[in-house]
Amino acid sequence: MSLYQYDTIDTQMLEDRAAEFRGQVARRLSGELTEDQFKPLRLMNGLYLQLHAYMLRVAIPYGTLSGAQLHTLADVSRRFDKGYGHFTTRTNIQFHWIKLGDTPDILDEMAKVGLHAIQTSGNCIRNTTTDPYAGATAEELDDPRPWCEAIRQWSTFHPEFTYLPRKFKIAVTASAKDRTAARAHDIGLKLRRNRDGELGFEVMVGGGMGRTPHLGPTIREHLPARHLLSYLAAILRVYNRLGRRDNIYKARIKILVTSLGAEEFGRQVEAEWAAMDKAAVDLPDEELARIRGAFGLIDFETLPATSVAFEARKTADLAFARFARNNTAPHKTPGYVIVNIALKTPGEVPGDCSADQMDAIADLASRYSFDDVRVTHAQNLVLPHVKLDDLGAVFDTLSAIGLAAPNLDLISDIIACPGLDYCALANARAIPIAQHIAERFAEPDRAEQIGELKIKISGCINACGHHHVGHIGILGVDKKGEEFYQISLGGSGAEDASISSILGPALPAPRVTEAVETLVETYLGARKDGERFLDTYRRIGAAPFKEAVYADAD
Amino acid sequence: MPTLIRIEDGQCVEAESGFIHVADDEAIPTEHRSNLGGVILSLARFLTDGAALLDDGRSVGVRIEPAERVEDLAYDLPRIALIAPAFPKFRDGRAYSTAALLRERYGYRGEIRAVGDVAREQAYEMVRCGFTAFEPIDGSTPEQWARAAHIFRHVYQAAADDRPAAYVERSR
Repeated sequence: MSLYQYDTIDTQMLEDRAAEFRGQVARRLSGELTEDQFKPLRLMNGLYLQLHAYMLRVAIPYGTLSGAQLHTLADVSRRFDKGYGHFTTRTNIQFHWIKLGDTPDILDEMAKVGLHAIQTSGNCIRNTTTDPYAGATAEELDDPRPWCEAIRQWSTFHPEFTYLPRKFKIAVTASAKDRTAARAHDIGLKLRRNRDGELGFEVMVGGGMGRTPHLGPTIREHLPARHLLSYLAAILRVYNRLGRRDNIYKARIKILVTSLGAEEFGRQVEAEWAAMDKAAVDLPDEELARIRGAFGLIDFETLPATSVAFEARKTADLAFARFARNNTAPHKTPGYVIVNIALKTPGEVPGDCSADQMDAIADLASRYSFDDVRVTHAQNLVLPHVKLDDLGAVFDTLSAIGLAAPNLDLISDIIACPGLDYCALANARAIPIAQHIAERFAEPDRAEQIGELKIKISGCINACGHHHVGHIGILGVDKKGEEFYQISLGGSGAEDASISSILGPALPAPRVTEAVETLVETYLGARKDGERFLDTYRRIGAAPFKEAVYADAD
Repeated sequence: MPTLIRIEDGQCVEAESGFIHVADDEAIPTEHRSNLGGVILSLARFLTDGAALLDDGRSVGVRIEPAERVEDLAYDLPRIALIAPAFPKFRDGRAYSTAALLRERYGYRGEIRAVGDVAREQAYEMVRCGFTAFEPIDGSTPEQWARAAHIFRHVYQAAADDRPAAYVERSR
């Protein structure tokens, strides 16, 4: 077993929460509680009231699912929703068509397999995210998941940090290549070793999206790993006490870090930490070892680095070769490969997955990937441990369920928030824009020729679609009741993190795809060998792109 | 005066307040007007009038608003019978840090009383952060309060209430 298994204590925590919520829902349905009284209670259980129905956001801690959990999500979507779910940029899943009266049963069903909706909303510490390749990639210094699990437990129902000024998001990465957008989080943690070989974390604080995007500055280069929880507690305590509460738009920790300055903020954290009884907060070595052991060492077979079956199929089947080229990544173990499932088939809704697809992927996981599925912040799924010998069979199943799009990190692998199709906060739709662009660039040869290009679309300034860190970011705005889209360029959520810059005036919906086409043509005309769109943009600047897009504007 | 719920010997019970809240523009009531002569003052009022009252043998409590620093009171804590961190809105969570600091850093042993927008939905957090008395405005009974405070059979982290964290339970 390679995943953390909930013990009696973990399970009873979920049961207790589900029982409490059942009582609260009953009081709401009987009229004993008004919607005003019920709202904060339902929000603590991930239940939002959206444009058309209730939306339930289910936590997927650090984006890791077992086959059984994915089967349960499929069941829930079939029995209680319209037969699909939507994976989010927080590596959670949302069900958009939920009836209030069903929610206690849903929580009970999920608790049986260790799933829940705890802290998926509200001003608390949200789901921690990590590298979807954790435990599989040779790039990582160490497995980040035990630390994520330690954070999950510590932050669950933390009595001091349940009523923070605003929501709080933590990401943990352990590779040089950052697949978590760590610097765009309230706290980004990067595992590293110091000169003495001691394991520790680089601590970045104050990143975030929203209307004032920030990349979090590093406040400590190397925090000894065993002190992670006490140091987090010190940061949270400083934030809880000093973060602004007078204005919801200035309440995130990024505003506090910016107003104090990273150095002064770091000094206050260090002072708080120095005075703290660390031993009372940090996990004892035995518990860290227990958690680490629970992720286990997988019994990988000893295999040759190359597979005859894989090579033969690649030669014979160009579609398979393309999938292998674009959607797989090297595994740390010879003979294995990391497989990405892009929930981005052109024309489909980014991040959506049907119940039948979930069941099929769960079966693939249990048969071919040690019962392990990951969710990525780009709204895709990963089978982290597939034998090269089995890749053909996995590809065939994915093709049969319509999820073999060979477009990982290509132009049609678009991040999009639910937008005005679902969300009460949105100014504009995001999904149809994503669908239209993806269909325009559906031709796989052309998409490969364009290369890595990350388009991210948000339906409003809250930036759930991460448009600030898109190579091309698209933001929906409302102009006198009409949907317009502001394009920005040059963002990145990876290790070369940057915030994108607005290109020019917002465009009406019908012109967006054309503008993307123009941006791509401009890039292809200017790029030098091996350059990605982002590299070319950084080299030549915004001017040529701006001229091209607005040249034919009236 | 709302009902007071106090934790006594680990049990939630309805209790006599023993203190009255005194606004900054009110005179300090004489001793026999309140049951035990206890008064709860603002931090500012305490800093001006507190020492004299304590010297008279009065029981003095201090109300701390969320933006006020409990650190400013550290030196006086041994003489203060009660600290009342205020919740102007239930969403304002600063008082939890105030209480946690009092218990964990300053080893404060007196009563920590939750005042303001206090309802049993916060009982779990309050009790765990070291509050030992509550002035609920939602009409909660001690039984309801106790149930809400112990909604979970286990806790994941050490806090001011001495419940064993999950990792301690596991090591047994």
